[in-house]
Amino acid sequence: MDLSFTDEELAFQAEVRDFLEKNLPADVKDRYERGLHFTKEGQVRWQRILNEKGWLAPGWPVEYGGTGWTATQKYIFSQELGRASAPPPIPFGINMVGPVIYTFGNQEQKDLYLPRILNSDDWWCQGYSEPGSGSDLASLQTKAVRDGDDYIVNGQKIWTSHAQHADMIFCLVRTDSNVKQQEGISFLLIDMKTPGITLKPIIGLDTEHTLNEVFFDDVRVPVKNRIGEENKGWTYAKFLLGNERTSIARISQSKLKVKKLRDIAASQRVSGGLLQDDADFMRKLNQIDVDLMALEYTELRMLSRIQKGEPLTAEPSMLKIKGSDIQQALTELSVEALGLYGAAYESQEIREGRNDQNFAPDYANGPMAEHLYLRAASIYGGSNEIQRNIISKMVLGL
Amino acid sequence: MDFELSEEQVLLKDSVDRFVQDNYSPDDRLKLSQTELGFSRDHWKTMAELGWLGMAFPEEVGGFGGGAVETMIMMESMGRGLVLEPFVSTVLLGGALIAEAGSEEQIESIIPSVIEGQTMLAFAYAEPQSRFNLNDVETTASKSGDGYVLNGTKSVVYHGGTADKIVISARTSGESRDADGISLFVVDREAAGMDVRAYRTVDGQRAADIRLENVSVGADALLGAEGAAAPVIEKITDRAIGALCAEAVGAMAAANDITNEYLKTRKQFGIPIGKFQVLQHRMVDMYMEAEQSKSMSDMAAMKLDLGYENDTKRAVSAAKSQIGKACKFVGQQSVQLHGGMGMTDEYSIGHYFKRLSTIEMLFGNTDYHLNRFSALS
Ligand SMILES: Cc1cc2nc3c(=O)[nH]c(=O)nc-3n(C[C@H](O)[C@H](O)[C@H](O)COP(=O)(O)OP(=O)(O)OC[C@H]3O[C@@H](n4cnc5c(N)ncnc54)[C@H](O)[C@@H]3O)c2cc1C
Ligand SMILES: Cc1cc2nc3c(=O)[nH]c(=O)nc-3n(C[C@H](O)[C@H](O)[C@H](O)COP(=O)(O)OP(=O)(O)OC[C@H]3O[C@@H](n4cnc5c(N)ncnc54)[C@H](O)[C@@H]3O)c2cc1C
Repeated sequence: MDLSFTDEELAFQAEVRDFLEKNLPADVKDRYERGLHFTKEGQVRWQRILNEKGWLAPGWPVEYGGTGWTATQKYIFSQELGRASAPPPIPFGINMVGPVIYTFGNQEQKDLYLPRILNSDDWWCQGYSEPGSGSDLASLQTKAVRDGDDYIVNGQKIWTSHAQHADMIFCLVRTDSNVKQQEGISFLLIDMKTPGITLKPIIGLDTEHTLNEVFFDDVRVPVKNRIGEENKGWTYAKFLLGNERTSIARISQSKLKVKKLRDIAASQRVSGGLLQDDADFMRKLNQIDVDLMALEYTELRMLSRIQKGEPLTAEPSMLKIKGSDIQQALTELSVEALGLYGAAYESQEIREGRNDQNFAPDYANGPMAEHLYLRAASIYGGSNEIQRNIISKMVLGL
Repeated sequence: MDFELSEEQVLLKDSVDRFVQDNYSPDDRLKLSQTELGFSRDHWKTMAELGWLGMAFPEEVGGFGGGAVETMIMMESMGRGLVLEPFVSTVLLGGALIAEAGSEEQIESIIPSVIEGQTMLAFAYAEPQSRFNLNDVETTASKSGDGYVLNGTKSVVYHGGTADKIVISARTSGESRDADGISLFVVDREAAGMDVRAYRTVDGQRAADIRLENVSVGADALLGAEGAAAPVIEKITDRAIGALCAEAVGAMAAANDITNEYLKTRKQFGIPIGKFQVLQHRMVDMYMEAEQSKSMSDMAAMKLDLGYENDTKRAVSAAKSQIGKACKFVGQQSVQLHGGMGMTDEYSIGHYFKRLSTIEMLFGNTDYHLNRFSALS
């Protein structure tokens, strides 16, 4: 057992820190720090900077453009991203469909899509959920019927994050209705410009547009866009969900937020003192910090097991539950830091169009936006209730 | 001891319930909250005609002499529909301050017009640095000739952008945060030097920040004795807190009904999700929080009607802190149990969540009131 970094690891840390200091665009950082939703242009610009350095997809195998870093290096890298207030890459390409493609896709698919993901040429979105199929994902109804070299897809997806920006969507579709639900699903890659696809925005609690409904009306998708075998899509889908859950814990981002809240507490004037004189507030902040440490060291223990080649089962579900709890506690506390100004929330669009800003601190809008949006952290990626079901079944044998 | 409503109180409750039923479907409410004004002047007129705007005022000033219990009844029903009209700002804050501290002339010139629905009011007490401390007043009112000149900044003044007159707390003497030396002034929103910046709030209402730059007012703008407003402010805000607690009780009841119904109808894995025991227990916990809140709100209202002693303040803080916790739990869990549906602006449950979260922080959050409770004990 040993917690310390080697000299090489420390040198690596310094290199990453230096790179981020010099290359993270100020506007991208600023939006992220204030808790505002990214702009597509800013996000793509930043991802391309990372990719040029070869650091966009540290988790990928080297042959496909990964880094070959050790687990410790990957950990250091993600910590440094958080520390520098660098937004993480949009997960749909890098963390979700990319690994599915290089693990289960054919050579042609790898050659076509992987470089485009790395260069952020394709913005991907995730077409899993449907109106009747959320937690019970395997009950999905969107149909794909074979017609020569194409599938004809009909149905509807919902809660599709950022579909309005997307060039491609990866979809679970039903290709056989006469077998056990899980055995009749296929995994398709669909160009969003294909005729027959329409989008309808869903406005969220934060009054922003990140979610969408996606409708498929006789959409022709070439069979060559199917990943792996027909009717084996559930296997690939589950592989993807496992990856999603691990990355959803967002530990380094939460650490950044703790630090930010400490800064705010040390500078915000409240009734004759500073916010940091408020014992209740500080106790809550410190409690979150301790919870975060427990989560971080749990993740490190898991990483160490992976490094030794031991497989995990449902442990990522634990990271997801605890990570989302912490994100929500942090955004709640960030709102609390604002006192009454927590109520003064307007959508970005309205706010940016105003020339008579209110007198709240300049970080005032972000915390409420995040607080509202992150209520979803315990819902998306498989709700926390479902994660608990998974742990109780797979780990505890109940 | 009696927790039951009298016949007249039942009639009052029925009439507010009917108003909410007729005018406050989730769709109606969403549309209304998105208008420029953020509420309906027609509804306001109706509320005046039904006599509600006078309910909380004593008979001596032309009101109907209802007490905290009547207010509680109205607010609970309005909470069920998340009513947007500025009842709290105009009647329970601005109006109550004038009725409590105002001179005969001030009362006569303003209160009847409030009761008739002509004049709308707001109360500007908070400042950027004040957090929840009502005595933290840096805005100054300096004597100038017969009158005063006001300077300072007021934050998050609910309905400050639409009120005709705004009651403003300002310091006429003493150090910032002294209880002594705080005075109240009734100022026209459009008075010279009033820089009123209105905006939307997260709970679908409207508020404003106000910068006062050499706002000159006459001596007749002073409400009550100079420098002696702190106890008045505390008393009136405590009553408003009682009312907000009742609003929260109504909103929680509605949120629970909506969620309970959802658990019965939404199917996953081939059965209604309400069949999953973890969700049943969660729903039971939400129900218990709402029931406890109702008890605390009733208790606070009855104590407020008995007088205004130390014990009353304790009761108000106890209710606010218990209800604050309940607001968060019920609001957040309602969203959670709706899954993705709960995250949409179009569906009503999220609006209950937002209003409940705001109530938790208005006039002091849960921690603040637990501390106040402990200091008063
Ligand atoms: C902000 C946001 C972004 C999203 N992004 C995407 C995306 O990009 N692509 C995509 O495909 N999907 C996305 N989703 C969808 C998300 O994965 C689903 O919302 C989630 O799986 C829950 O499904 P549901 O909304 O249908 O809720 P339901 O499944 O109806 O669940 C409702 C409630 O019941 C509970 N519940 C359900 N079943 C059980 C059970 N067996 N035991 C105990 N409790 C249970 C749930 O935990 C929840 O509390 C997103 C959702 C949100 C909110
Ligand atoms: C100090 C003490 C004094 C007692 N005195 C008396 C007495 O005077 N006379 C007498 O007759 N009995 C007495 N009891 C017994 C008591 O009533 C039982 O212990 C109680 O009913 C629980 O039964 P059990 O111990 O068999 O636990 P179990 O029924 O085996 O329960 C074990 C756990 O499972 C949970 N559980 C069980 N079923 C469900 C379900 N459907 N859903 C969710 N959770 C469930 C329980 O809540 C509990 O947490 C006493 C017990 C104690 C501890």
